Amino acid sequence: MDKSIISVVGKDTTGIIARVCTYLAENKINILDISQTIVQDYFTMMMIVDTSLLSKPFSEMVRELESVGEDMGVQVKCQREEIFERMHRI
Amino acid sequence: MININEVLETNKMVEEETLDVRTITMGINLLECADSDLNTCCNKIYDKITSLAKKLVATGEDISREIGIPIVNKRVSVTPVSLVGGACCKTPDDYVIIAKTLDRAAKDLGINFLGGYSAVVSKGMTRSDELLIRSIPQAMKETERICSSVNVGSTKTGINMDAVRLMGQIIKETAEATKEKDSLGCGKLVVLCNAPDDNPFMAGAFHGVSEDDAIINVGVSGPGVVHHVLKEIRGASFEVLCETIKRTAFKITRVGQYVAQEASRRLGVPFGIIDLSLAPTPAVGDSVADILCEIGLEHPGAPGTTAALALLNDQVKKGGVMASSYVGGLSGAFIPVSEDQGMIDAVSCGALTLEKLEAMTCVCSVGLDMIAIPGETPASTISGIIADEAAIGMINQKTTAVRIIPVIGKSIGETVEFGGLLGYAPVMPVNKYSCEAFINRTGRIPAPIHSFKN
Repeated sequence: MDKSIISVVGKDTTGIIARVCTYLAENKINILDISQTIVQDYFTMMMIVDTSLLSKPFSEMVRELESVGEDMGVQVKCQREEIFERMHRI
Repeated sequence: MININEVLETNKMVEEETLDVRTITMGINLLECADSDLNTCCNKIYDKITSLAKKLVATGEDISREIGIPIVNKRVSVTPVSLVGGACCKTPDDYVIIAKTLDRAAKDLGINFLGGYSAVVSKGMTRSDELLIRSIPQAMKETERICSSVNVGSTKTGINMDAVRLMGQIIKETAEATKEKDSLGCGKLVVLCNAPDDNPFMAGAFHGVSEDDAIINVGVSGPGVVHHVLKEIRGASFEVLCETIKRTAFKITRVGQYVAQEASRRLGVPFGIIDLSLAPTPAVGDSVADILCEIGLEHPGAPGTTAALALLNDQVKKGGVMASSYVGGLSGAFIPVSEDQGMIDAVSCGALTLEKLEAMTCVCSVGLDMIAIPGETPASTISGIIADEAAIGMINQKTTAVRIIPVIGKSIGETVEFGGLLGYAPVMPVNKYSCEAFINRTGRIPAPIHSFKN
């Protein structure tokens, strides 16, 4: 298991989850958990995904996801889960 | 399981509070490159650096992308060059050729600074050390990315006052040699006391002789993050203040620890240390001075500044030590003038003087850093400033340093622009009374007694 966190922040619009999930499916990235909330009118979503079957370099996938987000006017980030574990857990 | 708020908090630190990892510095041992032929020595140096650090920049960029946190600088530090060039350098000009070789290696690797054009002369100077020191002005003129440092004292050995006297002259000569660029050469030259062997930060970085063949050291930063969290607890007690700084330092350091371990694994080079430092940059919101103001000072330099800085420095260490198994380097708050907008403002409005900065260096990491002074300041006065800082370091068993720029052709109140990470600075007044007779004495100041601490 190779866990990463995808976060999406931006103005709410139709199809955000669909577009992101389509990209993930095409790249064999499995979604383990999704949570979503609206913070100050902003759509905020977090996914925990498994990238162990990903066939391209991680940084390329990060760039592609960013541009999927840019098309919809939202910010999409994908970061290794470990960095959050390190920062927020003793 | 990580929750959404923790993810948002981390990303906000990066986007709004300038959280970054300041540097991944690869330390490289060059002792085996020594040779009696200068050309052979240079070739060995170039080959060793460029092969070991070949993937340093690319690896740093990959890690940065994968964790979504900027890694600003990728750098190299090498064995003090005076130890490597001793066998082949007969004149200062020979050392300049090594400096140019290092500069070429730095350019080809795509790194912005390479440190270690250094000599460690805390007790005495060998012929090789002296040749290197005398080559510094020309080396700084003819290179772009080389950082130079000279360690002139330590708690165990005392202060080599012959080296202190020489460094006053060398700083003046370096300022003169680089006067077309506002004496920028002095921004890449630092005089230290108790220099650590594993410092990843420039200009004082070198790869000490106590180190592995190659090592990865990481310098973390994040003054903006600390400033931001302190805004949220304005007016709280010292207990809450300290606790908040510690928690934040912990989080920042954990990022550095992760980056260091990943870089070490991917490059196949052992992990050395994390340097827990609050290192400001000229960018708005990336300032140690802002933190001091948030703690409760109108400007750094106001009464209370030394206490506030002592508190800040200590909490950063306490939080950071918990977050990493190996802490080293300089580890503390940096207080450069030209690289910190809040410090520049404090000097410009008259709140912060050279003397107060000296007092501040007693309680935080390093020393008088990136301070512009009038170009006509005598060499003996610069030596006097170095001796004062070295004495603070020697007596208090801490690292101290002087990176001071006598800007040729500029006087008090004028501004000097260094550009990039080095920022800009107002030229500060220096006490005009002479210490020449003191500096002209030869020999060294003995090591201090380690008892009767008063």
